[in-house]
Amino acid sequence: MTAVLEVSGLKTHFFTHAGAVKAVDGVDFTVSKGEVMGLVGESGSGKSITGFSILGLIDPPGRIVDGSIRFNGDEIANAPEERLKSLRGNRISMIFQDPMMTLNPVLRVDTQMIEAILAHENVNRQTAWERSRDALGLVGIPSPEERLQAYPHQLSGGMRQRVAIATAFLNQPDLIIADEPTTALDVTIQAQIIHEAQKLTKRTGTAMIWITHDLAVVAGLADRISVMYAGRIVEQGGIDDVIDRPLHPYTVGLLGSVPTANRRGQRLFQIEGMTPNMFALPEGCAFGPRCQARTAACSEQPQIKDVDGRRLRCFNPQRTEETTL
Amino acid sequence: MTDTVTDHSLTPTKSPKVETPFQRFRAEFFESRIATAALGIFLVIVLLAILAPWITPQNPYDLGQVSVMDGRLPPGSEAFDGYTMWLGSDGSGRDLYSAILYGLRISLTVGLASGVIALLIGMVIGLVAAYAGGRTEAFIMRIVDLQLSFPASLVALMMVAALGKGVDKIILALVIAQWAYYARTVRATALVERGKEYVEAAQCLGISRPRIVFRHILPNCMAPLIVVGTVQTASAISLEATLSFLGVGLPQTEPSIGVLIANGFEYMLSGRYWISVFPGVALLLTVVSINLVGDHLRDVLNPRLKK
Amino acid sequence: MTVFVIRRLLQAMLVVFLMSVIVFFGVNIVGDPVYMLVSPDADQADIEAAIRRLGLDRPIWEQYWLFLKGAAQGDLGDSFVFGEPALKLILHHMPATMELAFSALFLAIVIGIPLGLYAGLYPDSPLSKGIMAGSILGFSLPTFWVGLMLIMLFAVELRWVPATGRGDIGSFLGIHSSLFTLDGLSHIFLPALNLALLKISLAIRLTRAGVREAMGQDYVKYARAKGLSTRRIILVHVMKNIMIPVVTVMGLEFGSLIGFSVVTESIFAWPGMGKLLIDAILQLDRPVVVAYLMIIVLFFVLINLIVDILYSILDPRVRLQDQGA
Repeated sequence: MTAVLEVSGLKTHFFTHAGAVKAVDGVDFTVSKGEVMGLVGESGSGKSITGFSILGLIDPPGRIVDGSIRFNGDEIANAPEERLKSLRGNRISMIFQDPMMTLNPVLRVDTQMIEAILAHENVNRQTAWERSRDALGLVGIPSPEERLQAYPHQLSGGMRQRVAIATAFLNQPDLIIADEPTTALDVTIQAQIIHEAQKLTKRTGTAMIWITHDLAVVAGLADRISVMYAGRIVEQGGIDDVIDRPLHPYTVGLLGSVPTANRRGQRLFQIEGMTPNMFALPEGCAFGPRCQARTAACSEQPQIKDVDGRRLRCFNPQRTEETTL
Repeated sequence: MTDTVTDHSLTPTKSPKVETPFQRFRAEFFESRIATAALGIFLVIVLLAILAPWITPQNPYDLGQVSVMDGRLPPGSEAFDGYTMWLGSDGSGRDLYSAILYGLRISLTVGLASGVIALLIGMVIGLVAAYAGGRTEAFIMRIVDLQLSFPASLVALMMVAALGKGVDKIILALVIAQWAYYARTVRATALVERGKEYVEAAQCLGISRPRIVFRHILPNCMAPLIVVGTVQTASAISLEATLSFLGVGLPQTEPSIGVLIANGFEYMLSGRYWISVFPGVALLLTVVSINLVGDHLRDVLNPRLKK
Repeated sequence: MTVFVIRRLLQAMLVVFLMSVIVFFGVNIVGDPVYMLVSPDADQADIEAAIRRLGLDRPIWEQYWLFLKGAAQGDLGDSFVFGEPALKLILHHMPATMELAFSALFLAIVIGIPLGLYAGLYPDSPLSKGIMAGSILGFSLPTFWVGLMLIMLFAVELRWVPATGRGDIGSFLGIHSSLFTLDGLSHIFLPALNLALLKISLAIRLTRAGVREAMGQDYVKYARAKGLSTRRIILVHVMKNIMIPVVTVMGLEFGSLIGFSVVTESIFAWPGMGKLLIDAILQLDRPVVVAYLMIIVLFFVLINLIVDILYSILDPRVRLQDQGA
């Protein structure tokens, strides 16, 4: 499997008035051609920042302070802006969370799709328009010619997100980074969008990073999963492996938090404590204060190691019975 | 309910700095050297104006002290009574330094008084509109919008045309010209706050409307009101000067800065520039310093621009 | 769209009607109407004749009706000073004021918007800081004082342009204006600049605020993620969004330009409506004042209407809402 993206030791820090926030603090992963990797974590875990770092869209007061990002073998971390611009929307596309905010409300849909093509290729408008129309058809939008003439606010949320997906695929990128694309949508629409995305990636062989806080979304979609907490990856492996047999207490907690029919009538499970304050992380394991399996060893910072066929950052891997989602 | 917070799990080893909002505001404000300097200059001006009777060699309103023999003397000359006129004298023999300080008193008084009164009236009307809601609110806001579509200078001009000259009439005119800005600010805040969910929550809990208005809307609109207030005060001072300059503002017997400048206009072309320029500089310093402070206040108090 | 325009027109007429009521009753209640409308040095017999002639012995509603009838026919009373119909006087002086106002607006747009754009895009550059400082000075400095300084500097000291008065009138496409002659331009330069100063500052601040706000929006980030050139992002995405508030405010401010012209016209002895008004106030020429008020009201209402229509054209969200899309 050829690696489309290789990230190693990525560190993106924000230098604010109130102190330095290590939003991403040493992240490694690889995404191969045709593979979907789920990047899972709660708000503030650094997963979105990871996505933006790959595209070089980190604005001051943040910057990539360390690490390497290799795209198709070439190093692109802190690459010159021109190089990054030629990659963005072209070889690496991004889908954002809320399409109402990301589509410009005063420009028509066709304008916003055609410009994505024309920025990278020297074709005439008519060709670009036809490609846009076809792309909309591919994501299951009926009457694409009419939709092209519309303004974003005239479309429903699900429709707008389909437009965003279509736009992402327009230039046949090698990698798509989807940052919580279904979070802002209804559950039923979510399922449709996930289905469309899956169909397209299988068809085109595009690699995808699907960023989300919702495990249920990732379970059916991804091939591999990386779980992030407080800027670091705490568990990483094949999707079935990790979901059936989670080793990190946080992953266990995440899976346990998913309400299922089997446990009806029982108390809802929660991970104790609150999301970490990134300005004041504890010494040692960041998850420590909330961890049920905490031991004295955990006052040291755990390193990520190979355990049982996956990567794990924990002193006390959990042995649990097989969980069912 | 579940206790999600258990003692042993939460304490991080470093606790973040805790400071009150006011301390933070003060620190942020004084970060700007320009604004701090402007504030300083304004306070000095106010001080000078208050102390005018004690620090000037001449009371320019006391005709007994003013002699036309002293008129039109350049800066640094000696007056009849023996004191030095550092800034020269005007056409009627008034020492410009004294005249400016006395004039500042009037200008500042008129500007601040009309600003404060307009603020109070505008705030009350805005709150009434926010409290009453419905058609009353719509009606009041229509009037506000109507008035706001006319420039303040025109409104003030019309008012003085109708009311005539005099300090109290000028203040009244300025108040009428300005109250609408404050009313709109208050109502805009009310709109924003009303849209927030905590108001809905409060209403669900059965909290009465006046309480919502006073406990929630009022504190939130203080910040923008202060910003609008500073800028409006500067504009009021400027407006009064303009009206006086045009001859429809304060009368000659109570010369504000604007009147002084108007008096000096005729001497401009003959080279006796100081009669208009020095009062003009005084006016400038006052208005610019207030605006600089107000501008910086706006940046500091604006939540959207916070890093 | 037509429905929209008609609706706004009706509202506008209502406002004019309301204002006429206010003006009329204001004039008649605030002072003794006879002395309002009769020359100050009339004797008793003249006054009684005037009372009967002006119908002041009739009930006030009838008076108002007569006033309206007169107004509809364009008769708003005669000026005391000039003996001519007040309306005619004002209309005669209007072109000069219009010239000044349009020139000032033009300067404000052409100078203010680009400067504000630069200040918004590069807020930390020394030039930007200079621009912002200049803008504060611009709206702090009282117009009349700046006018004086301008005269002193450019006309008296440097002798580049004449100090006062309006220049020769030329003709272009059937319009007579001093803008079409070189002499006219040299005369209008200082007063237009003086009048424009406030608006330039306003334009700078508006544009800068708009740009700063727009740059923080998601759609800008999304546009960058598509790999669009900075030029396109600014000129198309950002500009189209900020043009809406900028145009509306500048349009509304045009009305205040006409109001403010009072000061500039006085200083530069520019023969426009503003100077007429000041002279009328000082000479107690009340019919002229009343006529000016009515004209101004009409003007403002018209401007508001035009701006509203412009706004709905520029912002597709408003336009399509009105059409019931």
